[in-house]
Amino acid sequence: MTDTKYTMKIRKTPMFENIVPIILFLIASISVLTSIGIVLTLVVDASRFFAEVPFSEVFSTKLEPLKKDPSFGFLPLITGTIVTSLIAMLVAAPLGITSAIFLSEFMSSKMRRIIKPIIEVLAGIPTIVYGFFAYNTVTPLLMKLLPDLGAKNALSPGIVMGIMIIPIVTSLSEDAMSSVPDYIRKGAYGLGSTKLEVATKVIVPSAISGIVAAFVLAISRAIGETMIVTIASGSSKQFTLDIMQPMQTMTAYIVEFTSGDAGSGTIGYYSLYAVGLMLFIFTMLTNLLARHITKKYRREY
Amino acid sequence: MDSVVDTLKEHGRESFQNDKKYIDLGKSQERLQRRKIVNIVAQSMFSLTIIFIIFVLGLLLFNIIKSSIGWLDWEFLTGRLSINPAKAGIKSVIMGSFMLMVVVAPVTMVIGVATAIFLEEYAKKGTLHSIISLNISNLAGVPSVIFGLLGLTVFGRMFGLGSSILAGGLTLSLLVLPNVVVSSQEAIKAVPNYLREASYGLGATKWTTIRKIVLPSAIPGIMTGSILALSRAIGETAPLVVLGIPTLILKSPESFMDDFTALPIQIYYWTLDTVLTREYANLAAATIVILLVVLFLLNASAIIIRNKFQRRN
Repeated sequence: MTDTKYTMKIRKTPMFENIVPIILFLIASISVLTSIGIVLTLVVDASRFFAEVPFSEVFSTKLEPLKKDPSFGFLPLITGTIVTSLIAMLVAAPLGITSAIFLSEFMSSKMRRIIKPIIEVLAGIPTIVYGFFAYNTVTPLLMKLLPDLGAKNALSPGIVMGIMIIPIVTSLSEDAMSSVPDYIRKGAYGLGSTKLEVATKVIVPSAISGIVAAFVLAISRAIGETMIVTIASGSSKQFTLDIMQPMQTMTAYIVEFTSGDAGSGTIGYYSLYAVGLMLFIFTMLTNLLARHITKKYRREY
Repeated sequence: MDSVVDTLKEHGRESFQNDKKYIDLGKSQERLQRRKIVNIVAQSMFSLTIIFIIFVLGLLLFNIIKSSIGWLDWEFLTGRLSINPAKAGIKSVIMGSFMLMVVVAPVTMVIGVATAIFLEEYAKKGTLHSIISLNISNLAGVPSVIFGLLGLTVFGRMFGLGSSILAGGLTLSLLVLPNVVVSSQEAIKAVPNYLREASYGLGATKWTTIRKIVLPSAIPGIMTGSILALSRAIGETAPLVVLGIPTLILKSPESFMDDFTALPIQIYYWTLDTVLTREYANLAAATIVILLVVLFLLNASAIIIRNKFQRRN
């Protein structure tokens, strides 16, 4: 009697054991499906857009999506994105790298444990809060310095975006610098170098791949950033390089258009996906570049 | 032998005397001084950047708190949304954010932990493992606005969920999924192998080992990662705005199929409408304070769980 019970148990278990990995695999494939879904939605609806709008028009400077005779030149969006991201990098690169050097080479580990989390708090603040900060605090401050500045402009969200991406630059570069082995540092000190000389002539060159990758990832984050530019940079579709003027980025265009201006099925609606596809390709390329840099130029110690 | 030593000594003295012509002690002393000064100047400039960053963070918090003072009270927390700034309250907004999280938390935890178990325990190496993990790290780099487009097309239109809480919650779940997967993977990796082997040695099957041994030891790490992912989801605005959340919803959501508004969306609309009504900036600031308090509580609980876990090890 007990024997049959025993054999039944053995037979029962492997069945379940075989089903579990299949269930887990199906769930795990959701993430792959998400990627496929993203690419499909973007490509399918963007192709409807490109079927009606010629490429020559896409790369022109006239963006009038809501007119009766609309024209879709995306250059204003592309320059808007590049200009705001550039301003952000001009803020984040020097501040991020100097604070990383300071954290990794000058500070005692006790101080580092206090200061690093404070900097990382900046990364945890939602972007909508930065948007409010840019519009209600930074723009009025800048207006006192630059009287010509409009209430909506590219400068203020650029600067705030730079502050937002400082933690990315700082913590990734700091990681790269602290992974340079200590004997290299000590060798340089043994030759009589000052801390600054060790940092700039030995540590930074050894960690350069990690630092460059951090910059590229920060750029990618700035390109994909949405709420700060939507709030503080306005929705002007003029083609301009003047940072005192309002500009629209690709992300802000998507937000503006989904808020109900274009009905489903119109070219304006499909232009959303064309811009989304461009944005996706931009960020994918920068992310791949960052991964390539870390992989190819990393020094193994 | 002696003569050789003498010659060497003589040579040494000669070269020493020759070097003396090249090394000017005074000059090198001067240069050393300069190098030290440069070092100190650089150090103080570097510390200034840190001070500047902390100053900006302080300015941000100070300004938000300053404009929320006088607006943030019990009536604001429990009142209904209104066009009149003096009467507006955010009860339905808090409700919306809460119900969003009720969708996001279980969905991301189930999918994230299952994916992590599959990657770490079943498909340890090989093509499948590398495809899924490469895919997850790529997903982590996709801008949140794009997830909004995905949600709009798939959940909003194809599944017909519109701009309901369910559509928003599922969109946010996919957005923070990579965070949960990666942190759960780390937690599962950190479970020592001897625990698994001891379990197998007692005759347990693989799934029993995972369920009874691996998951219980990994749960603090999984919880920490999931709470941090939730705190990212609760502040996300762009995907929800892209889903087409209507501008002013006065009713509190009652079911998961209802239209809703959430903390970040309400901050967005109030900030945009500052041009029309100046007081909306104060309402936005007060809502931001609530959002930041929620984020602080979430992060603090994540840190507490992590510390408790570390102490036990």
